[in-house]
Order: sequence, then C-alpha cells, then structure tokens
Amino acid sequence: MADLLILPVLVPLLGGLLATALPVRSALVGTLAALATSLSGLSITLLVWLHGDLGTVLGGWGVPLGIGLSADGLSAALLAMASLVALAISIYAGSYFAGSAQARHFWPLWLLLWSALNGVFLAADLFNLYVMLELLGLSAAALGALTGKREAIAANLRYLLVGLLGSLTYLLGVALLYTAYGTLDIGLLGERLGPTPIAATALALMVSGLALKTALFPLHFWLPPAHANAPAPVSAALSALVVKASFYLILRLWTELFAPITDIGAATLLGLLGAGAVLWGSWRALRAQRLKLLAAYSTVAQIGYLFLFFPLLASLPPGTARDDLFAACVLMALTHGFAKAGFFLAAGLVQQKAGHDRISELGGVAQRMPATTFSIALAGSALVGLPPSGSFIGKWVLMRGAFETGQWWWLPVTVLGTLLAAAYVFRVLSRAFGLEPTPLQFVTNARTEIPALLLAFASVALLGLAAGPVWAVLGFGAAPA
Amino acid sequence: MSAQFLYGGAGILLFALGLWSLLVHEALLRKLIAINIAGGGVFHVFIAIAYRGDTAPPDPVPHALVLTGIVVAVSATALVLALHRRLEQAEEPAADAEVLSESASASSAAPPPRTPAERTPGTPHPETPHG
Repeated sequence: MADLLILPVLVPLLGGLLATALPVRSALVGTLAALATSLSGLSITLLVWLHGDLGTVLGGWGVPLGIGLSADGLSAALLAMASLVALAISIYAGSYFAGSAQARHFWPLWLLLWSALNGVFLAADLFNLYVMLELLGLSAAALGALTGKREAIAANLRYLLVGLLGSLTYLLGVALLYTAYGTLDIGLLGERLGPTPIAATALALMVSGLALKTALFPLHFWLPPAHANAPAPVSAALSALVVKASFYLILRLWTELFAPITDIGAATLLGLLGAGAVLWGSWRALRAQRLKLLAAYSTVAQIGYLFLFFPLLASLPPGTARDDLFAACVLMALTHGFAKAGFFLAAGLVQQKAGHDRISELGGVAQRMPATTFSIALAGSALVGLPPSGSFIGKWVLMRGAFETGQWWWLPVTVLGTLLAAAYVFRVLSRAFGLEPTPLQFVTNARTEIPALLLAFASVALLGLAAGPVWAVLGFGAAPA
Repeated sequence: MSAQFLYGGAGILLFALGLWSLLVHEALLRKLIAINIAGGGVFHVFIAIAYRGDTAPPDPVPHALVLTGIVVAVSATALVLALHRRLEQAEEPAADAEVLSESASASSAAPPPRTPAERTPGTPHPETPHG
C-alpha cells in the first residue's frame, strides 16, 4: 500500500513525457494525466487519513542510498490541496490555451511541475528535496515565460536566478548537516540533531534559501512581476502551489528537524519578517494598478500571515493549544491555495475579455461577467478572512494564540493587514457596481468559469465550514469550537 | 585532514565569491557564471566531506550527490541561456522599431514582421527569424 506513494510523482511525469511525444494530442493527454494525478494524490491523502503515516523506499535500496518517500498528515493535507487546485487549473487551461500554440509547451511543463510539487511533499530525505525543488523552480520559470513577452521573460529569468540561489544556499546547509551527522534522512537526522553551531549554521542557510524561494519579505522582490506577467493558469499555479512547496519545507524543517535549536528569538525574527510582509504586501496590493499585480502582492501578504504563527508555536509547550495553532497555520496555507488560484483564474478571464487588467477600467467588464466577478468576490472574502472562510478560522486561532502567549504585538499587524485586504478586495469589487448601463447579455464560458468558481467556493465553504478534516488529517483532536 | 579543511574551506570561499558576484553584477552572463561558481563551491564542500582518511575508501554518497547536482546545474544553466536568448530576440524588434520610427515607447507588443526592404541599411541580418 505504501508503494502507492510513487504514483503522485510518477503519473504526471509519464503524462508529461507522453504529452511531449504527442504534441498534437497534448491537451487530451494532459487532461487525462491531470485527472489520474489528482486521483492518486487524493487516494494517498485518504490512506494517510485512514491508516496513519506511510513510508517506502524505492527499488529495494536501503535508506542511505535509496530514495525514500513518506507521507504524514502535513504532507497529506498539502497533497490534497495541490491535487484539487491543480486539477481545476488543468481543466481551466484546456480551454484557456485552446487553439493556441502555447498549449503544446504548456502541458509537458505543467505536468513536470506537478510531479516535482508532489515530490517535494512526499520526499523523505534532504537531497531529494533539493532535486525536487530545482525541478519545480526550472519548470515554474519556463512556464512563467510561456507568453514570450519581454516583461514575462525578464521577470522569470530573474525568478529562475533567485530560485537557483535559494536552492544552492539550501544545498550548502544540507552539506553541513551531512558533515556533522552523516545522514540525509529527515527522520534519522531529527533523532541525531543537537544544539551545535554547525546545526545552527545549517538552519540559517536552509531557511534563508527557502525563504528566498517562498518570497518572504524582504526577499519577495522577484514575485510580483513573475506572477503578474505569467499566463493566468500559470500565475494561479505559481501563487497557490509553488510558493507553498517551499513554505511547507520551512514549516517541516522548523518544527520537526530543527526543533531542538529553534528558539523564540529566531522564531520572532521570522514573525517580524512575516509582519513586514503582511503590511507591505497589503499596502502594495492596495496601490496596484493591475488586477494580477494586486493578486501577486496579496500573495506576499498572505505568506506573511503564515510566518506570524512561528513565534507563537515556539512559545507554546506541546499540547492542544499548540496543535490548534499548527493546524490553523496549515489551514491558512490551504485556504490561500484555493482562494488565490480561484482569484487568478477569474482575473485571467477578465483579462482575456477586456484585453487588459487595469482595475480602474474594469467597470463594464465586471458587470458583463457575473460568474467571474462572483468568483473574485468569493476568493476575495477568503483573502480578507471573512467568515466562514478557512482564513477566518486561521486568523481567529492566530489572534487567540497571540493573546494566550502574551505576544499582543502580532494583533495590530493582523488587524491592519485584514483592513488593508478588505480595502484592496472592495476596490476591485466596487467596479462591478459602477454606473455603467446593465449589459444586454452576459458572457459565460462554463469550462473556464466553473473551475475558478469551485476553487473560490472551496476556500470559503469547504475549508471554513468543514475545517475538522484538516485537524483529523494532521492527527490532532477536534477543531476548536 | 588539513587537505580536507583546505578543500572544504575553499568551497565555502567559492560560494561566498559567487554569491557576492551574483548580487553586484548587472550583466546576466556574469550572474550566470557567478551562480555556477557558487554551485561549484557547494560541490567542493561535498567532495571534501567524502574524504575518510588515507586508508579508508571515500564515502560514495556525497559523490552521488555531486553528480546529481552537476546534472541539475547544467540543465539550469541551459535554461537560463535559452531564456536569455529569447529575451534578446524579444528585445531586438522593439529596439529596431525605436530607431526606425523614432518613437520612444518600447511597447510590449512586438511590431509586425518587417520585410527586408524595411531594415536599416548596414545592420546585419539576424540569423534566426524573430519569434
């Protein structure tokens, strides 16, 4: 049963090869592979939910040389989110790229990206994580430059170099850990790791490399142009999924591997950077002239919230309160995945229809596309953190944790960030209620609008009203009332 | 043992030099070379780790890691170069259009393909078509 772990990595890889070999049929092959990948990812999540952690070593080789895969609650939760979001993006992309020459380049790269993404979630040793991160970065940069426009290529070239630097810094940390402890397996390392200077240096190198890839303020400079200039399905994938992969790794390394040496001081530093991201990202989103740039800066801000959890996690002893905080952090990451993917997909439809995405001129278009505007509104309410969205619960637990640990200074950051988010979301929505005459007919396109709408809906209803399964998959007790 | 430290220390020095060069230099090719030097530094560290004394054979795991790392570095370099070439191709028409029409706006939309007669005399013809 644990052998099934290879499927979420293998299926998209084979699909990508097949899509490369059959460029004429790439859309069909790609859609089928996407469906199969999604099913395999969801079945792994189901297995973890029902039977607990899974682990396997490929090809019968032992741990030091063989390639180990493992899935626990954290990887299963992110795998499920990635499976659903990526499936919606695939269905959307089938229509978005229909009849365009970009389709034959999109599908192989997209399936490779998905394979690397699942690989990051399932890899059990630090070096395979490096390889998967590099694959993810390479395919993401190539996908982002798909339009061939100058801005897109320049932005993604920078993204690629930044990503390479991040991975190399991470790899240097891995080298130091191997020098000191002689293993790369995360589980074995966790048992051996102690508070030594070499472990602290490795932590600093690995986390700063990954923070660069996660676009943690002030290392976020590369994200807005790269995400805003990519084609809509790619923007959605980059913002919702790719950034989450390196965040997942930071969370895992910080709370598991480096638990003996991550004290409150280091965690507060991450929290401060997160606070900077929340305020600066939200402010720039409010000032953005273009819809996709707004969404990209909003990603910077939402990543910031995830890092606010770190100082609270560091100051709580193991127990229900800490489990709640951890699950709330994961819940916010999942909600952002759904909401931002839905937002970008809907923004892409608006851009296709209007020929531009300047917010000040969106009035008529927003009125003519009710389903798309509704998707933006739903996803936007999840970004703000309005009830009943998943980020409402996340922020609630975050603020409660700040009260309980006495770290009240995170409260004004959360409140201010939420207000700014409400301002930038309503700034877009107010265009839909402009004074333009009511259109005689509405624009509808089910195959692209439904994925966007479902994603936005999931971020609000699925994760908000039914947050319990997230706690269950992570192996914690009941969700907080 | 001192040789191992020398080699590992040189690796970290190379990484630092590459990092510094990547941050200060504007030109893309210099950045690319810088990142390759930084990567070479990390590989040096891995090779130094593998040494287990004159009598024992070296540890094979870091060697395998370096081999994989080199493959990744080569692919990444190739992708950077390919994107750089696309960037130059995307920039060329815009730069020529500026000379031809003397309009300062370097818009994102590529101008329509020009006939050879429209080319500025004296400029060499590009070997590949604009794409």
